[in-house]
Amino acid sequence: MSIILVLAPASVMLALLGLGAFWWTVKSGQYDDPAGDAARILNDQLDDRPL
Amino acid sequence: MTTALDADLSGFLGHEAAGAATLELLVPGARCAACMAKIERGLVGQAGVKQARLNLTTHKLSLTFDGPSGDPARVISALDRLGYNASLFDPAEAKAAEDREGRRLALALGVAGFGAGNVMMFSVPVWAGLFGQELEPATRTLMYWLSAIVATPCALYAGMTFFRSAWSSLRRGRANMDVPISIGVLLTLAVSFSETIQGGRHAYFDAAVSLLFLLLIGRWLDHKLRSKAQGAARDLLALQAPVAYRLDAAGVERGVPVAEVVVGDRLAVAPGQRVPVDGRVETGASLLDNALITGETAPAAVGAGSLVHAGALNLDGRLVMRAEAQSQDSALAAIARLMEAGAQSKSAYVRLADKAAAIYVPVVHSLALATFVGSWALGLGPREALLRAAAVLIITCPCALGLAVPAVQIAASGRLFRKRVLVKSGAALERLAEVDHVVFDKTGVLTEGRPHLADAAPALVAAAAPLARASRHPLAQALAREAGPGPVAEDVRETAGLGVEGLIGGRRARLGRAAFLGIDASQSLETELWFGFDAEAPQRLAFADTLRPDAARAVAALKARGLTIEVLSGDVPAAVARAAEAAGIERWRAGLTPIEKAAAIDSLKAAGRKALMVGDGLNDAAALARAHASMAPGAAVDASQNAADLVFEGEGLMAVVDAIDVARAAKHRALENFGFSALYNLVAAPAAVFGLINPFIAAIAMSGSSLVVTLNALRMNLEARR
Repeated sequence: MSIILVLAPASVMLALLGLGAFWWTVKSGQYDDPAGDAARILNDQLDDRPL
Repeated sequence: MTTALDADLSGFLGHEAAGAATLELLVPGARCAACMAKIERGLVGQAGVKQARLNLTTHKLSLTFDGPSGDPARVISALDRLGYNASLFDPAEAKAAEDREGRRLALALGVAGFGAGNVMMFSVPVWAGLFGQELEPATRTLMYWLSAIVATPCALYAGMTFFRSAWSSLRRGRANMDVPISIGVLLTLAVSFSETIQGGRHAYFDAAVSLLFLLLIGRWLDHKLRSKAQGAARDLLALQAPVAYRLDAAGVERGVPVAEVVVGDRLAVAPGQRVPVDGRVETGASLLDNALITGETAPAAVGAGSLVHAGALNLDGRLVMRAEAQSQDSALAAIARLMEAGAQSKSAYVRLADKAAAIYVPVVHSLALATFVGSWALGLGPREALLRAAAVLIITCPCALGLAVPAVQIAASGRLFRKRVLVKSGAALERLAEVDHVVFDKTGVLTEGRPHLADAAPALVAAAAPLARASRHPLAQALAREAGPGPVAEDVRETAGLGVEGLIGGRRARLGRAAFLGIDASQSLETELWFGFDAEAPQRLAFADTLRPDAARAVAALKARGLTIEVLSGDVPAAVARAAEAAGIERWRAGLTPIEKAAAIDSLKAAGRKALMVGDGLNDAAALARAHASMAPGAAVDASQNAADLVFEGEGLMAVVDAIDVARAAKHRALENFGFSALYNLVAAPAAVFGLINPFIAAIAMSGSSLVVTLNALRMNLEARR
């Protein structure tokens, strides 16, 4: 039973990492131009560096 | 927009932290990945541009220059060579375009989703324990504590949107839908904590956070709908970028934002540009198209000393004028104030969901109170009675209601978008569904808004065409369109406001007003041109503004739906009467000023009618803003598109009929969803009153009802595709 005390916080930590990553994507404007980003990644001639 | 290439536009530059100049341009023609590559690669290295980045979603081009200065005019002409029209963004306008609210909602949605997903990890064992499997109270309490640690911060963060809105609505003495949501969520958390501390089994941490997750999906959809339409409206506004060309003492043109023009400035207005502020002409002669301001179709001739109004389009000669008003004091300002008042009255409109909340909130809250008092009186302990009351509030929390209306409106506006009608807000659709009277403007709405050759012999058209091709006058251009491509007259001289003369096949000919060809100006219904070779009798070419091809069909369809129809126009009575008769409309009024149009709409409102205004000109903007609902064609001026609730592109008026149909269907569907929610509450609330709810049933019932209303909303799209 005590394994729960290890696994539960560990899984919440992992999920928090995911949440942190989502937070970062929103803050860095990665949802500001879905149409353009979809095209940029497929075309070598375009500047696809992050802003 | 025409940009004078020698003008200095540095007033539109911004600066980034490192000091390099930046520029925001709107490039509406860039719609594919290939355009993006062409523009970005074509610009970098040219005209001092270091970095170019095009946003394909908003069509905004962000440029960074090498140094602290840059030349917008060179960039615009470079874009022009690449084949794209670009216009300047007012720096303040570009700032306002940032979507902060959208980011905040996205984060709240992410946090709520995280909470709802992770709290399940601890909820599922508890639910399993409800069905006979062994689950010791100590383990259950441990699961509840773990749930609390995950769910409480998530619910408090994600719920801020609702708590704020509920608080501000309560302070104004009203209860909107966010009040029961906030009370439900906070009470659920409080009861769950007290249960967990006492080792009880009625903790609903999972319900609180998944409720917020579902509600935030609804909010997010609603926001996306609004911001998409507002962005489109802003783009249209920027397309007619407010640049004024100020002349300094040396006579050099310098482009400045219109807001910076002060009284006494000398301004240049090239052909094709709009007059930026009210003022008086100093030098030059030209024709002005006042259609936006007064609705008159015939251009007016102006010369030195004439008064000109902001918004008038300069048709043929370069004018130098002296500003007599700042942009906020121009004749436009009166219209703008009327529009503002209209927008305010619209924001007071009570939306369907709030109407439902006004009934729902008192019923639910008194039911919860009755449950508490009743169960205590019937011998249950105060703790058990409070739990039952809380269960009522939780189970009746308006999850389905909060999701029902935005989901329907997203589906409806998606359906209209495919018909090329842009819906600006959910409230607009609700108002549109209620209209019982339709008011049309004439020029540009019932009619196509540009003159067509009405009747003339083909031989005469062919003879006059070479001169017509050389002129910028709208009637001459209509004649040139009719004749098709061909030779252009030589040695052409254009006299502003009168006509053109030149050599056709070696013979001198004139095309223009009656007076230009030496004829007594006759009274005539149609706008007309006269054409003649020297020493020959001039012949008449008549023009008329033709009706949109489906105007009569659209009017008949509107009548079939039980709507009454009326035309309000600023044009002369004869022209209005003819257009109204051709479209099959019996009631019309002509010669109205913009203020009179707005007053006509107000008196309709006072008589209890709910009017839909369809208009395109600046003279309609105030009426559009004050009408119960309003639509503007895509060719309308920026102010009108901003004031209108819906914008329809495309050539046909049937878009108005389609929009009303979809709006009515959406209202029907939303009411259906309210019905579902009421039904759900009729079943679930009594169960909660009699203490038959446990955490598992609460979770199933709440997400089940949300799913049902969402699927019902999406049915709108299925029907449209079939």
